[in-house]
Amino acid sequence: MDYDLIVNILYATVRTGTPLILVALGELVCEKSGVLNLGQEGMMLMGAVIGFIAALETGNLWLGVTFAMAAGLMMSLLFGFIALNLSANQVATGLALTIFGTGLSAFVGSDYVGTPLVGVEPWHIPLLSDIPFVGRILFSHDPLVYLSFGLFVGVYLFLNRSHAGLALKAVGESPESAKATGLPVFRIRYLAVMFGGAMAGLAGAYLSLAYTPLWAENMTAGRGWIALALVVFASWKAERVLLGAYLFGAFSIMHLVAQGLGFSVSPNLLAIMPYLATIVVLVMLSSDKARVKLYAPVSLGKPFHPVD
Amino acid sequence: MKQEKKSLAQRFAKVAGVALALFMSAQSVSAAEPVKVGFVYVGPTGDAGWTYSHDNARKYVEEQLGDKVKTTYVESVAEGADAERVIRQLAKSGNDLIFTTSFGYMNPTLKVAKQFPKVKFEHASGYKRAKNVGTYFDRIYEGRYLTGVIAGKMTKSNIIGYVGSFPIPEVVRGIDAFTQGLRSVNPKAVVKVVWVSSWYDPAKEREAAETLILQGADIINQHTDSPGPIQAAQAKGVYAFGYHSDMSLYGKDAHLTAATHNWGPVYLEKVKSVMDGSWASTDFWGGLASGATALAPLNSAIPEDVVKLVEERKQAIIDGKLHPFQGPVKDQSGAIKVPAGEVMSDKDLLSLNWYVEGVEGELPK
Repeated sequence: MDYDLIVNILYATVRTGTPLILVALGELVCEKSGVLNLGQEGMMLMGAVIGFIAALETGNLWLGVTFAMAAGLMMSLLFGFIALNLSANQVATGLALTIFGTGLSAFVGSDYVGTPLVGVEPWHIPLLSDIPFVGRILFSHDPLVYLSFGLFVGVYLFLNRSHAGLALKAVGESPESAKATGLPVFRIRYLAVMFGGAMAGLAGAYLSLAYTPLWAENMTAGRGWIALALVVFASWKAERVLLGAYLFGAFSIMHLVAQGLGFSVSPNLLAIMPYLATIVVLVMLSSDKARVKLYAPVSLGKPFHPVD
Repeated sequence: MKQEKKSLAQRFAKVAGVALALFMSAQSVSAAEPVKVGFVYVGPTGDAGWTYSHDNARKYVEEQLGDKVKTTYVESVAEGADAERVIRQLAKSGNDLIFTTSFGYMNPTLKVAKQFPKVKFEHASGYKRAKNVGTYFDRIYEGRYLTGVIAGKMTKSNIIGYVGSFPIPEVVRGIDAFTQGLRSVNPKAVVKVVWVSSWYDPAKEREAAETLILQGADIINQHTDSPGPIQAAQAKGVYAFGYHSDMSLYGKDAHLTAATHNWGPVYLEKVKSVMDGSWASTDFWGGLASGATALAPLNSAIPEDVVKLVEERKQAIIDGKLHPFQGPVKDQSGAIKVPAGEVMSDKDLLSLNWYVEGVEGELPK
């Protein structure tokens, strides 16, 4: 393989991993607070369609991105109301949210299917993009990719270096104790759910406004589910979520490149490679099952009934 | 005039009678009434692809027949239990002819057809027929052959990239027909195929196209449903072909043309045969000659002599003087599969599972 090919594979890896990072970071924060939201796919689709319509109607891509995040957030509020206010089963509520979002996005976007849109263009960061190798791979993307870098750093610092992050984790580990120490469990969980929704909406916007600027039913093609799996296999660590997403991207690209190079492997086998490789690597990283269990927020998925 | 006092029961009977009469008249189709035609679509009508091509045909039939026809369609119907329910509903509500336009509707169509023997059904791309169920499909590979001719004349790198969905005969037939056209004008050109294992994933299709461009392809063809590959070609400054319908909206410089389905004339024929009572269950497989397969408008970047050549080849196919799979057809090893002077049979075409000479790589099994 030549230099150009490797650079381009890595460049495409970053692009392919980006929507996964966005949605997975949101879910990570949500799960850290002890709330399991399986509605990622539905929230992403709503973000994708609302973002697309807003961008098309206003002619402003950034307004589109904002609307997409708002759409994801609204969807997460729906989840929050049912799962947190009404203490409904989180798994069932999340699944319902995905089904609802899939149907609603198809309904809302039916007049926009196939409409072309000039999407978010790559922005080569001056100086940085001139660095050999790394510059092309990391700094010649569209602004939403840079945003994903920033959001990763933000989430990482929030979870590992901030008081607020500590409070969030405390709520996820033991809401009872957190409440006893005076933390507003309910509000913290709500905020975490909302953050997850906004991030899913942003991931949807990345697909419909930057990656392939168009709206099509179900265009997320299961990326919300992949992100959910990533969070688990990354054993709830932000840096491993990032690594896992890029690994997944790399293997997705390799699956295509290998065929172009003439490797005669079954495409079906190649198609599952990214999933397989990501799982294997992340399982290796988390070394043993007990530790994965240990990393999972203890109260994940359990409704909290505060005793007043 | 003295009005008769009616009992409640009498009134009820009268209302019921009127309702019954209305119901009966709605059920029976007299000569003056329009023929009712239903359509079941797997996607949304604006998908710029498969469903869009069928809905265009529905509109065409309406235009041509005016008041004599009344059409109904149901879009985005999943290929499962939903399909059966929708088809039955359309049959129940008095449609005389129902087009079910996706492969996965095959068994539901046959099941409902059994329950409604008076309703006629036409199923796209299937292979099971019944007394009141016909099948139809188009020879899109004839259009692909013509795009191959264009590619052969337009390529500079002599490498053409092909984004494939799944290695099934229909897709392989398209790749082979395209390659036959390509090599007929440019024996040095080769086709590289990348399978994405999906019919519809715009992001993945786009990545596949970019990968092929990276590996030297300067023209991209596709047998997937989204405009992702066109967008990639436009962004990278290379050429591409659309599929299903004119996809030039997504890359007007890149889009050379597209092999398209043109169901309009086919549907008109079927509807007319129901009107005059001559409908029979048949297996229709028509191409350029019947108008069922067509090419989208050609990009102005294509030189005039190439346009002329494409027109000539198209006419030759229509006249039956040229067949994309007329011998000698060689497989990848150079072995002759169809001897000179012979043409591949429809049966062989429908089960095609090998690459012709000029396609690189092995066909995955």
